[in-house]
Amino acid sequence: MIPRHLIFGTAAMLVIALAAGMYAWHLRRQIAHQQIQTDVSHPASPAPQGPMEQVTLWVAEDDPGTLRARAATIPMPSGRQERAEELMRALLNVYTQESSPHPIVPTAEVRTVFLVDPGLAVIDLNRAFAEGHRSGILVEELTIASMVQTITANIPGTTRVKFLIDGKSQPTLAGHADLSITYDVSAIQQLASVLQNTP
Amino acid sequence: MHWSRYRLRLCVCICLVISAPISGSSGPKQLTIFSDAASFSLPVREQGGREYVDLMEILRRFGRTDTRSDHDRWRVTLNNLTVEFKNGKTRFKVGKSDADLSAPFYLENGMGYVTVDSLTTLLPLFLQTQVTLHQNSRRLFVGNPAVHFTAQTSGTALVLNFSSAVNPSISTEPGKLRMSFSREPLVAPGTERLSFDSKVIPSAVYSEENGTAAITVNGSAPLFARFSNDGRTINISPAPQGAAQAASTPTINQGNAPAAPPQAPAPASSPIPFVPVFAVIDPAHGGDDQGEQLSPQLAEKDVTLAIATRIRQELQARGMTAVLLRSSDITLAADQRASAANRSQATVYIAVHAVSLGSGVRVYTSLLPASGDSRGPFLDWQTAQSGYRTFSQAAAESVAAEVSRRQMKSRTLVAPLQPLNNLEMASVAVELAPRSTIADLNSPNYQQTLAESVAAGLAAAHDRLRKP
Repeated sequence: MIPRHLIFGTAAMLVIALAAGMYAWHLRRQIAHQQIQTDVSHPASPAPQGPMEQVTLWVAEDDPGTLRARAATIPMPSGRQERAEELMRALLNVYTQESSPHPIVPTAEVRTVFLVDPGLAVIDLNRAFAEGHRSGILVEELTIASMVQTITANIPGTTRVKFLIDGKSQPTLAGHADLSITYDVSAIQQLASVLQNTP
Repeated sequence: MHWSRYRLRLCVCICLVISAPISGSSGPKQLTIFSDAASFSLPVREQGGREYVDLMEILRRFGRTDTRSDHDRWRVTLNNLTVEFKNGKTRFKVGKSDADLSAPFYLENGMGYVTVDSLTTLLPLFLQTQVTLHQNSRRLFVGNPAVHFTAQTSGTALVLNFSSAVNPSISTEPGKLRMSFSREPLVAPGTERLSFDSKVIPSAVYSEENGTAAITVNGSAPLFARFSNDGRTINISPAPQGAAQAASTPTINQGNAPAAPPQAPAPASSPIPFVPVFAVIDPAHGGDDQGEQLSPQLAEKDVTLAIATRIRQELQARGMTAVLLRSSDITLAADQRASAANRSQATVYIAVHAVSLGSGVRVYTSLLPASGDSRGPFLDWQTAQSGYRTFSQAAAESVAAEVSRRQMKSRTLVAPLQPLNNLEMASVAVELAPRSTIADLNSPNYQQTLAESVAAGLAAAHDRLRKP
């Protein structure tokens, strides 16, 4: 015959062990969850510094499929490369607004812009920009043309533009616009002049 | 003596090795599913000597599907019906009751696989309709979408009448003309072998294999196929001299390797002279590349293939030879498309796209990149199109004019679209947007209007598409 106090004692210890196990499991899940959240969080872009300047943004409008020059006033740093980055951020800011005429996913970001002499601008965008971009010949080329035009309108001497996604070249933006090539600014300017006309 | 025997055996072995891929090259195993809503193919994988398919890949074509995976259990919901499977088990749960599959379900990387024959048990549960499986040929019919046909001779021609429009891939070889129906739910006539009281076309055979149905017409002379009655009738007749080779449509089909369209003149001894291809039609996307998901049930790749086949038909009806770069749901890289098109030495290349944004038709020519260094006869790949832009623009303007003439909006633009820059011929891409709703893109009438515009535009510009 097992004494009653021994049975109660063992049962209590089992309950405690079970509760401790569940608590440990809960803590582990919580840590893993926090880790995932940390991993996916984006580094905050440094606040732009510099005097306010008026710049020209070439903004795509899906309806009716045109490109329009818009004046904007944004803080512009002194360095050419930083200026190019701020221009691209200002343009993406227009596209990620709720009332955007050419919506792009809110998580889209410009990682960096390299200006390589002579005349080459390399725009590096994050993966979310490409993965969340809508698919279609016109909608993709409007994005490309607006970015190239915005760079060339404000950074004199740019003759060619190359796009990277997460630092790497990729075949297309979202299945159509070719990202494997280096864009000739003069060809994009001709395209932009056609895209300014309402069909 | 021993050496001679050895050499003989060696020769036989080499012959077998060489002939094996030719005789048995029907491509990777696939299941083709036909329904009133859509027809599609998907790969079949072998597991434990049985043929399995990805269940989710099938169900998502029939509506909004939800899946949940928890260790070895996999749950899928479609049309308010939830079915739960367990990895490695035949028993599955439908609501509160149990039922059995013919072979174990298995789970891999979060995807659930069932055997092909299990679909006859599962699909009726989800779709509330009858399902018929042609087991040996892996063709599955959901509901009753069958296309029937009759065959009868008329003079020296064989007339095939179909219960709805068809657009098969056609290939020829001496004494035979083969029509492969990969997307049409064609079913056998009363007997698989049809005999005719004709010396020119004595017989035809219906067959099914690897998701595709085929009609092979046997003839004593080279045969030529002509479409009429909006694709419901195919007339097969002895080919006029020179047309036999044009009737062969060398598509990049079931296999993944590009099949080169005719590229060299026939040998001098051949009675059939080489007939150049006029148009190469490229249904954009395909296989793993869906293109734009136009609606939950409609992918761009399916719309482009439907339009492209109509364009081919319209061009053929105008007496121009045309080939498709793909006639089934296969993945092709842009470079593969460009290589196959360039090898064809065609006069014009047309890429077909569809999109949800905007309305009407947009016709594109190439936007050339900054680089380009052609040396002697070797053209720079990225700017190979540069010598053909005038011809491309002539084609684009002519097509756009025909589109406008049919009361559809049209616009001509340049675009950085692969593989336009890599082509050595007049090259355009057409992008069809809805007239008012997305459903327009799947409308036969709307697709047909575009196909007629493209064919009429190319026919009108025929003499301006290459150097005289």
